[in-house]
Amino acid sequence: MKKENIPQDKSALENFTRELYYVKNNNGKYKTGLSIGWDIKKDALDNAWGEVNRRIEEARNAVKEGRKSPIYFFIELNLMNISILSGYTGFWKLSVKRHLKPGVFNKLSDKKLDIYARAFDISIDELKNFKG
Amino acid sequence: MLKDFKHIQTAHCENGITTSLLRYHGLDYMNEPLAFGIGSGLFYIQIPFMKINNGPAISFRTMPGAIFKRTCKSLGVDVKRKKFKDHKAARDFLDLKISEGIPVACQVGVFHLTYFPVKYRFHFNAHNLIVYGKNHNHYLISDPIMEDVTTLSVKELEKARFTQGAFAPKGHIYYPENVSEPDIELLKKGIVRGIKRNVRDMLHIPGHVAGVKGIKHTSKQIRKWREKLGPKKAGLYLGQIVRMQEEIGTGGGGFRFIYAAFLEQAANNLKEDKLTAISDDFTKAGDLWRSSAVQMAGIYKGRLSEQKDFDETADILLEIYETEKLAFKKLSKLKLSK
Repeated sequence: MKKENIPQDKSALENFTRELYYVKNNNGKYKTGLSIGWDIKKDALDNAWGEVNRRIEEARNAVKEGRKSPIYFFIELNLMNISILSGYTGFWKLSVKRHLKPGVFNKLSDKKLDIYARAFDISIDELKNFKG
Repeated sequence: MLKDFKHIQTAHCENGITTSLLRYHGLDYMNEPLAFGIGSGLFYIQIPFMKINNGPAISFRTMPGAIFKRTCKSLGVDVKRKKFKDHKAARDFLDLKISEGIPVACQVGVFHLTYFPVKYRFHFNAHNLIVYGKNHNHYLISDPIMEDVTTLSVKELEKARFTQGAFAPKGHIYYPENVSEPDIELLKKGIVRGIKRNVRDMLHIPGHVAGVKGIKHTSKQIRKWREKLGPKKAGLYLGQIVRMQEEIGTGGGGFRFIYAAFLEQAANNLKEDKLTAISDDFTKAGDLWRSSAVQMAGIYKGRLSEQKDFDETADILLEIYETEKLAFKKLSKLKLSK
């Protein structure tokens, strides 16, 4: 790639940084240049977020319809999965899976709920009262 | 603040850590391509049975930590590293090093890096930054992918050092020790060793998912994705490849250009013209990776959706496979002596 071909497309990097590229100068030698972003990357990122948001809405519905506990929604909202949440809470993955069932969730002690709430950075009431 | 610490922006975080810290300790010849090449950084792997953010797990560089470790070792530099269970112990050790006037690298999770744009904050745990000082309740941070330095509160850095999930950092802190005077003979040796090890990793690694063969493996898979996953999910998978290829400042294309820049320097250092021609091969590979990203974008934006579009993407990857294989074969045939 040549220096004049460095893409300069507006992106989520705005107000954060420009990124460094290794490019050829006119003498065919490598040097560095800066880019404010590339549409190809921006679209990939936007696309990924579209999918994240779709999953969040799907999880919201699952809670609303009583199929899943609020933990299921907050996992998606925080871009987590069961194994990451297991890491943050210290609960076994199998336990976390069980806690996704509304019936099991409703019987969880405040102590356990508090551990979940902390992992999601919310209050225990927000977790308990989330209805979708 | 530590005396004379100079922030250096690089394309990739670990290259940046290696470059900045070694330069700080007096190896003033160090730069990103050299750090990357001596550390045999170029790689490709599609990790089987693993998903990242619900998509394929692909990496365009060697495993986290290897570049720093190999480059230091080749140059006769010791590496100190520590992990912690206890948050306070992790904080105390960091403060101790800062008070001794030693800038240190920390492995962090991007999800909790408050200075990153929200859009980039996924659960990615293999980011690295340098802490070079402390000002009241804030650490002075040199994040190599950024143009300028930044800060994090004590609490924020602690959160980022103890993120969970794959590659959880566990407070991982590391820094070079016993750095001797710059020695050009040692540098040349390091370059040769770096090239040979990279040839081994890319051409001779067993199995079919890693090294140049891994690129062929992904190419084969892409041909099946449309049928197997449906166009939408297949598009998301391709988007994931592009994101892995071209995260902030790094990337499949990006790494190939850095490697080409390394070989250009190696040609000068070792007085070996053939390396210049091989450098051009890697520039070509980088350009091809970028073309593949453009083609993949056509699919995930919904402009292209036929099987032939997937086949064309797979064909570009096959061409990359051939290009990189040939380039590494040429490297393996060179009689390099320091």
